Amino acid sequence: MTLRLKQISGTWFFFIFMAMLYFLLFFINPSLCISSLIFFRQILIKIIPIFVFVWFLMVIANYFITPKFVFKYFDKNGVNKWLFAVIGGILSEGPIYMWYPLLADLRKKGFNYGFVACFLYNRAIKLPVLPAAIYYFGWKYILILALIMIIASISQGVIINKLIKEKL
Amino acid sequence: MKEAIIKATKSLVKVLLLILGTILFVSLLTTVVPESFYTRFFNKNIIFDSFIGGIIGSISAGTPIISYILGGEMLKQGISLIAVTAFLVAWVTVGFIQLPAESIILGKKFAIWRNLSAFVLSIIVAFATVLILNLV
Repeated sequence: MTLRLKQISGTWFFFIFMAMLYFLLFFINPSLCISSLIFFRQILIKIIPIFVFVWFLMVIANYFITPKFVFKYFDKNGVNKWLFAVIGGILSEGPIYMWYPLLADLRKKGFNYGFVACFLYNRAIKLPVLPAAIYYFGWKYILILALIMIIASISQGVIINKLIKEKL
Repeated sequence: MKEAIIKATKSLVKVLLLILGTILFVSLLTTVVPESFYTRFFNKNIIFDSFIGGIIGSISAGTPIISYILGGEMLKQGISLIAVTAFLVAWVTVGFIQLPAESIILGKKFAIWRNLSAFVLSIIVAFATVLILNLV
């Protein structure tokens, strides 16, 4: 709870700091402030429709695929394990260091280093960041990048398993 | 379904302030910083530039949303898509700043190999993405 409050305040502080910076800038250098706000408005207008679409995608994903459902499959072997390391990584939320203890725990339960690496790599693919990503790079680029990153995550897992031989 | 709607709304609201703050920051930065600032690190050689993009992404820290916004602005300033892609991928997959924490919890050997391989992969992913993008 404390950690959650800290995260919320960090985001709020950042936003309030930026708002205050613009407020001060308005008095110090009004033309710079207005130019920056015009640029801000241009980005915002283009990003709103993508936000609505991503929200819809997230509702669908949350309804059909829950993290509990994903983690249940970590106990299975082979292709399923890779598949769910990928999906688990994509669905996981919050800062990366919050996941280290859980992954350390999963390691003790037979989740090898390759799967941990694969999970961590897929944390890079996040639905909430799609609006900004699509605005700047387009659907085609983001789709190709996401698919290649999924392949790269499994490759990294296999490489890590070869590099770190272990007895589980 | 109600739970799914609440969860999705909460996730987006959580990043909304961060996105707005970052766009405010980038808007100011783009207005103040000359276009030549970012380009000075890159020399139009795609191999060198992808390496530099990967290095900058690796030592940077923050949420992925910031990397996409910064990457998008770098692209507008003439930096190659391969270099920007390496920057984006390294930003989200390599964590030199988190390396001490990762080493303590998941093991030093694992942390070092994971970060090194992620760095190399950021360059490979960048080339593969742009290559496929040009083909389709």
